[in-house]
Amino acid sequence: MLSLDLSFYNWELFTNYILKGLLFSIQLTVLATIGGIVFGTFLALMRLSGRPSLVYPATFYVNTMRSIPLVMVILWFFLLIPMLIGRPIGADLSATITFIAFEAAFFSEIVRAGIQSVPKGQTYAGEALGMTYGQNMYLVVLPQAFRNMIPVFMTQTIILFQDTSLVYAIGAYDLLKGFEIAGKNYGRPIETYILAAATYFVICFTLSKVVRRIQAKVAIVR
Amino acid sequence: MALDLGVFCKSTLDGEVVDHCFSALFGLGQNADPSYLDWLMKAWGWTLAVAGLGLAIALVLGAVMGTLRTLPDTGRSSRLLVRLSTAWVELFRNIPILVQVFLWYHVIPSFVLPLKALPSYWLVSIALGFFTSARIAEQVRAGIQSLPSGQRAAATALGLTTAQSYRYIILPMALRIVIPPLTSESMNLIKNSSVAFAVSVPELTLFAMQAQEETSHGVEIYLAVTALYALSAFSVNRVMALIEKRSRVPGFITASNDAALAH
Repeated sequence: MLSLDLSFYNWELFTNYILKGLLFSIQLTVLATIGGIVFGTFLALMRLSGRPSLVYPATFYVNTMRSIPLVMVILWFFLLIPMLIGRPIGADLSATITFIAFEAAFFSEIVRAGIQSVPKGQTYAGEALGMTYGQNMYLVVLPQAFRNMIPVFMTQTIILFQDTSLVYAIGAYDLLKGFEIAGKNYGRPIETYILAAATYFVICFTLSKVVRRIQAKVAIVR
Repeated sequence: MALDLGVFCKSTLDGEVVDHCFSALFGLGQNADPSYLDWLMKAWGWTLAVAGLGLAIALVLGAVMGTLRTLPDTGRSSRLLVRLSTAWVELFRNIPILVQVFLWYHVIPSFVLPLKALPSYWLVSIALGFFTSARIAEQVRAGIQSLPSGQRAAATALGLTTAQSYRYIILPMALRIVIPPLTSESMNLIKNSSVAFAVSVPELTLFAMQAQEETSHGVEIYLAVTALYALSAFSVNRVMALIEKRSRVPGFITASNDAALAH
């Protein structure tokens, strides 16, 4: 049994090592959620359009992203983006692009299910009122669909926040990396890994409780 | 940009083309250098070993924990078991898998000394297994709760004990219902096994990173690795579909409609 030295758990540890990583993890989560929802909505609309020229590329993209380990997707983008644009790219930017592209595939499945959960009668009513496809989607279907999707979106965002730790593969400075560097510098890796696990747990556990409350509220209103 | 698949027949030692691509693996070329193809196949074997062991742990623990969460309130011990299994799920669901791998690799062996004797891939498998068991437990719980409550009531009316009603009535149906979600969790586990690179298990992702650096044929290397991951996940999908088909109870669960149990 070894004894733990927790004396270095203090504010300095937080401001010097953790804060920068935490901010990057949050930034990555927020950008990937927003970007993922925007692009995911387009992917979902493509898949529901009924036009083969739109359905097949979107389906292929979503299925490909969902069948590759996220670590490999991160590595792929880190390899391919510099090849395509002809100059090196930072790990942070590469991670952001990767997560938006990756999450778009997952959010598109949520959006697709959400759109399909809106009763057909709503679409027919919109058409009967003379709305175009775009108006119908924007004014009638999507507002209702997104309301139903809020809890699922939030659950996916919690998973996304956990997944951001995988940018470890390309060495980006995220929350986990912050703890790791702190552990190396203080020479106490064991304590910092425990603290890292506790930090992630507190954040994700709290958020999942919040989601459950929101879920209950949305369910009652419906 | 043309793909150069010849890279897989090059020696991992000096970069020269070897006589037989599978030289070391099948012993074709005597004393030949191992090629990148050999390395790739070995790495795939590591991925399958880590994921397979992890899957076994995840299925057993997940089924147990998921069942315990649905125990009826019959006294202090059942309440304790429910609370314990709930805590289990929350704990292993809310910490990222990479952090859990680090915990098992760097932290827990210093407290539980016998773990130091285990090879590192075992520790990764335990981490993957525990992480996935929380998700499987949730699916098993949902499966049990989706059974009509009359099933449990009928078991009680027949005079079965709690253990007997789980063994003979509830679990045989519930475990069949959860096969589809368990399939996707199993495929996730294979994908998640890629985090083993972080503790230097020589599996596919670590191969991809190292071979990419050595050969500068990243695209070909990554394509092969990605294809093997997809193939592994797809195989699991087929095996689970077979299990689902074989274990189907006539008249109850159909592949097209899991909710048909409500009859």
